[in-house]
Amino acid sequence: MPTLDNSLPLLRVRGVGKRYGDRVALEDASFELWPGEVMAVVGESGSGKTTLLNAIAARSRPDVGQVEFLGRDGQLQDIYTMSQAQQRLLGRTDWGFVHQNAADGLRMDVSAGANVGERLMGLGERHYGQLRSTAQEWLARVEIDTARIDDTPRTFSGGMRQRLQIARNLVTSPRLVFMDEPTSGLDVSVQARLLDMLRQLTRQMQLAVVIVTHDLAVARLLAHRMMVMQRGCVVEAGLTDQVLDDPQHPYTQLLVSSVLQP
Amino acid sequence: MMLQMKQVSKRFTLHHQNGAELQVLNQVDMSLSAGECVVLDGPSGMGKSTLLKLMYANYRATSGQIEVQQADGSLLELTQASPRELVRMRRDTMGYVSQFLRVIPRVSALDVVAEPLIEDGAEQAPAIEAAREQACMWLTRLRIPEGLWHLPPATFSGGEQQRINIARNMIKPRPILLLDEPTASLDAANTQTVIDLIQEAVARGAALVGIFHDAHVGAAVATRRLDVAQFRSAT
Repeated sequence: MPTLDNSLPLLRVRGVGKRYGDRVALEDASFELWPGEVMAVVGESGSGKTTLLNAIAARSRPDVGQVEFLGRDGQLQDIYTMSQAQQRLLGRTDWGFVHQNAADGLRMDVSAGANVGERLMGLGERHYGQLRSTAQEWLARVEIDTARIDDTPRTFSGGMRQRLQIARNLVTSPRLVFMDEPTSGLDVSVQARLLDMLRQLTRQMQLAVVIVTHDLAVARLLAHRMMVMQRGCVVEAGLTDQVLDDPQHPYTQLLVSSVLQP
Repeated sequence: MMLQMKQVSKRFTLHHQNGAELQVLNQVDMSLSAGECVVLDGPSGMGKSTLLKLMYANYRATSGQIEVQQADGSLLELTQASPRELVRMRRDTMGYVSQFLRVIPRVSALDVVAEPLIEDGAEQAPAIEAAREQACMWLTRLRIPEGLWHLPPATFSGGEQQRINIARNMIKPRPILLLDEPTASLDAANTQTVIDLIQEAVARGAALVGIFHDAHVGAAVATRRLDVAQFRSAT
């Protein structure tokens, strides 16, 4: 993590809320995230964590509140006052989004190499040899046999698909990555490998990450800090080990006591 | 003064046990200076571990202040600090040797130990090499067989894991070090090595606070003793 000065956060979220009809899906969420910080958002289904993720990743406009991202020009900019073209550029370059279901984040009928190279092409890289060698490099980095570069992800296992999705997102060296339950639905042994890889990559690349998970062990392993959500509200936040070892809110206490050894 | 606790109390409220309240520590005043090793005394259940965890900001104080003199000279008040400030405080200023190693899947013992130095070196190749060399020295000194260095510690014995934990948390010479029974499952030779390491840390001017199950370890390293029972409230 870089030195603490009076610099601006990478992401600033203030008073964000969203309703679906009469139902409050998200209420008054605020936080700041700095480069290199990994923050987990935990809570049961329907607690609002995915609504929050979609609101801060410019995927679903909140009814109230502000989401600002620190541009390369050093200015915080409200992501919802940007043009759609600017949002799309952000989504292709400085941001990554890792979906729970890899098929939602990959193009299933093009090769693994093209899946990795696509975002680079979006940035203007046209040299075929360069694209291919970068794709090979990234496949190796996420432990996919480079001999599989011309195969489509349809032929990959669940764990391989998820690793490919991660390579596809990280190839442009984004500064902020959103992850929605990236390890759920995978076998435990496959999960461990993916978690270890995510832990290494986030540290090596100094990534800022917001990771939504219902798995407290995932939060413990990956995240510096965490937010606990219940019924659309953030009920507790702090360092990951503080929240897990000394939970204060009744809901957090229930969550922590309901699992074995988080 | 490296660390100062002012009127610190800790009460646990168990919301799912009919709101039962456990008042563990009451109005703790203590300070810790460079070059001393304060050994915490008192029967188990008195709050010795709780006191260490409050200093590390692992537990959140119910009331009071905890001030830490950081490696860069600034003062941080832990009960008001942001997560970002606490992460940095732990990285640069305060180490904590817990009783058990929290293992990371697939990471070798060598890298588990080297990690605090690797993170400082911004993951650059020469820094990683230097960090691994340091880690080798620590593993050798703590008698971890070389055949284990490249294996993840998940399958190691309790004593081996404890020594990995000691190496990981002492490899970077931080100004403050907290020790929670670091010798509980070690044999005599390794216990003596840990005593030596603690004495060396004190000699370089670190400020230490420790809990030691073995009376002779506490006696060997203490420059001052503190009876935690005095912070126990009547209720």
